[in-house]
Amino acid sequence: MSAGLLRYLGTRSLRALLTVFGVVTLVFLVVRAVPGDPVDAILGDQASPGDRTAMRAALHLDAPLLTQYGLFLGSVGDGTLGRSFRRRDETVASLITQVFPDTLALALAAFAVAWLLALPLGTLAAAKRGSRWDLGARGVALFGLAVPGIWLGPLLILLFGVILRVLPLPGDEDAGARGLILPALTVGAALSAVLTRQTRGAMIEVLSEQYVLAARARGVSTARVLVVHALRNALLPVLTVGAAQLGAVLSGTVITEKIFEREGLGSLFLDAFFARDIPVIQGCVLVVALLYVGVNLAVDVAYGLVDPRVRLS
Amino acid sequence: MKPLRARLRKLPLGVVLVLLFALAALLGPLVAPHDPAQIDLDHEYAAPSFAHPLGTGDNGTDVLSVLLHGARLAGTIGGLVVALSLVTGTLAGALAGYRGGLIDHAVTGTADLVQSFPAVVLNVALLAVVARPGVLHLVVALVSNGWVIYARVARGQTLAIREREYVQAARALGMSESRILLRHILPNLGGPLVIQATSGLGAAILAESTLSFLGLGPGKSASWGALLDQGSAVLLRFPHVALFAGGTIALTVLGFNLAGDWLRDRLDPRR
Repeated sequence: MSAGLLRYLGTRSLRALLTVFGVVTLVFLVVRAVPGDPVDAILGDQASPGDRTAMRAALHLDAPLLTQYGLFLGSVGDGTLGRSFRRRDETVASLITQVFPDTLALALAAFAVAWLLALPLGTLAAAKRGSRWDLGARGVALFGLAVPGIWLGPLLILLFGVILRVLPLPGDEDAGARGLILPALTVGAALSAVLTRQTRGAMIEVLSEQYVLAARARGVSTARVLVVHALRNALLPVLTVGAAQLGAVLSGTVITEKIFEREGLGSLFLDAFFARDIPVIQGCVLVVALLYVGVNLAVDVAYGLVDPRVRLS
Repeated sequence: MKPLRARLRKLPLGVVLVLLFALAALLGPLVAPHDPAQIDLDHEYAAPSFAHPLGTGDNGTDVLSVLLHGARLAGTIGGLVVALSLVTGTLAGALAGYRGGLIDHAVTGTADLVQSFPAVVLNVALLAVVARPGVLHLVVALVSNGWVIYARVARGQTLAIREREYVQAARALGMSESRILLRHILPNLGGPLVIQATSGLGAAILAESTLSFLGLGPGKSASWGALLDQGSAVLLRFPHVALFAGGTIALTVLGFNLAGDWLRDRLDPRR
């Protein structure tokens, strides 16, 4: 590994760590500014003053801000992320690891739906501009961006669950992987719109490059030109856009988990919000920040490995 | 001069939808057939009928009336969010583009961070600060990520304008930096920001609906997102509530997006 690449990786990782630290500190401070009292949310407002004081002490809410911050950083350090206010026997980390696989599966399925739709459609639309494929690509892009997830979810449930009866309804315990299809479509629709547009645009640009013309002139088959010569080169910018959509996808999972009554990071986060369960809110934001920074770091590194020019910037 | 009817017929769909929305927001509460909070337990979740054109929802409230009242709330929140985002975003973006250096790094860095972080998570974390979110809290939470897009557009435009002759002439004449920014840069940012604000209104209305749908909206008022939330809970038995509420949100968002595209085509002859 060259020194330049090492330095590139080093600065990127450092910056990523700083970002996580910044986000987490910000959330710690913002959440502490709550005028609503978490003790009220846990014990109810009928609780006796003695119980309230005891609870406050047990949760360290009476400690100075700096001490609370120290405790919080300590809990991040030992990997527990503290204990839930409402379920004292559970660490935040264990609550999150229980539901995280569900959200990860949903997010990955959404990405899969979007890529499976966007790559072929975008490629064919670029290769045959003005054709039916192009029209289809434009349709997907328009539909995906115009129909919000909070409406698409109920529509899909009605169409496939109630009218056609081909896919399980929300809350079906033994639905298995089939239960993932509609939620994945709900999250992935907007993403596939963005990616289809990007793929089409990137492919149109690449298809006019000299090396594509050269390959055609050599008599390489159209399919091979498209997939091997053009798509491979068009993929990089599309990947970046895909990674940049991670935030939108995670927002989508919060909404979709509610619509489809699914367990997950989003529903854990919303429940914690309504109960003012501060450690869980902090923990969820930390995990999301780590995810976001991790994915962006991975994309940066991949770019740096593939394209040496990037390392200089 | 073409006759009015011919002109009306040529109005693009986006503009028609936006005008309909504006009418509903302005006059909706006046023409609504019922009080949106009126309870009628005998007719809960009734299908559309003559008395209730779009049926009834939770506790027998009239769906059409809730939608008409909700249009005003959506318009108010959307308008406030876009206005505040536009002002803060434009100032930050223009300053970043004009000054460059450290300010530019700070603004673009923050914008990058905010834009790629999940909007819903950021909004919810911010709303956790208040005990009972009201309209103003919602607006502040939505502006916290709404300003970014305007900052980007303003920064890009400023970078281009900065090098124009009239700005250089002003600089050569010894005009102060802040005066150049106020008198020569800001007034010329107009077009692209107006286009962005048009589709931005749709985005702000959708964001408000989404937060209300998640149960974070201003409690008492009639809201599209809250109606959709009620409708989703009874989706399998009484689909009309969710269908009408979601359809209204979707058509409004679509309208503002199409109107934004239409404006861009009109204002930018190169496209």
